[in-house]
Amino acid sequence: MEFGLKQLVFYVFALLTVGSAVIVVTIRNIVYAAFSLMMTLFSVAGLYVFLQADFLAATQVVVYVGGILVLILFGVMMTSGRLDMKLKMERGQLFWGGLVSLLIFILLLSVITNTPQWKNVDEGASLEPTTHQIGEMIMRQEFLLPFEVTSILLLVALIGAALISRKEVREE
Amino acid sequence: MSLQHYLVISISLFTLGIFCVLTRRNAISILMGIELILNSCNLNFVAFSRYVTPPDDISGQVIALFGIALAAAEAAVFLAIILAIYREFRTISPDETDTLKG
Repeated sequence: MEFGLKQLVFYVFALLTVGSAVIVVTIRNIVYAAFSLMMTLFSVAGLYVFLQADFLAATQVVVYVGGILVLILFGVMMTSGRLDMKLKMERGQLFWGGLVSLLIFILLLSVITNTPQWKNVDEGASLEPTTHQIGEMIMRQEFLLPFEVTSILLLVALIGAALISRKEVREE
Repeated sequence: MSLQHYLVISISLFTLGIFCVLTRRNAISILMGIELILNSCNLNFVAFSRYVTPPDDISGQVIALFGIALAAAEAAVFLAIILAIYREFRTISPDETDTLKG
C-alpha cells in the first residue's frame, strides 16, 4: 500500500484523537481537560468521515461538541467555585488503575491481532451519501421502534434532569 | 487503512476512558472518561459497519446515532445529579460523598 495523502491525513487524525484523549486523562486543570475533550470529539468526527459516515460526522459535531461539551463546561463552572481547580490523584490509585487499564489494553490488542476474520479486510465500495438511507431506516424500516423508544427516553431524561437539579422547596 | 487501524484507535480511547474513570477524583472528569468510552464504542460500530457487513448495509451507523442520543441523555442526567450533590455536600469528589456507606 503506497503512502499517499489519504494515509497521512488518517494518521494525523488518529494521532490527534489518541493524543488529546491522553491529555484529557492526565492534565490537572479541568477546563483544559474539557477543551482537550473537544479536540478528541472533533477528531473522531474526522475518522467518521474517513469511514464514509457523513451524516454521523455532522451529528457528532452538533451533539457532542455543541451540546454535551457545553453541558460539561457548565457543570465545571457551576461546581468548581474557582476555575483553576486542581485534580488530585493518589499514587496507589494511579498504580492500580494504570495496571488494570494496561491489562485491558493488552487483552483487547491480542484479540484484535489474533482474530483471522478481521485481518486484511478490504474496504467496501464507496458509499453514496448516507443521509437519505439513514432517514429511510429510522422512519420506515427496522429502526422505527428504537427511534420512538429513544424519543421517550430523551423526554424522560429531560424531565428527570429538570426535577433532580431544581432547588428543593420545603413547605413548612 | 484497514479495520485494525480503527480498532486500535478505538481500544486506545476505551482504555484511556477506563483509566480516567478509575483514577480521577472529580465527578465531572469521570463523566469525561465515560464520554471517551462511548466514543470508542461508536467508532467500533461504524468501523465494523464499513468493513465487515455488506457494503450497502449501514445499520451500524444508525446504531451509533442511537448511541449518541443515549450519551446526550446520560450527560444531562449525570450533570443534574452532580449539581444536586454539590448543593448538598459542597463537593463533587466521589470519595467524600459517602453518606450511604454502611
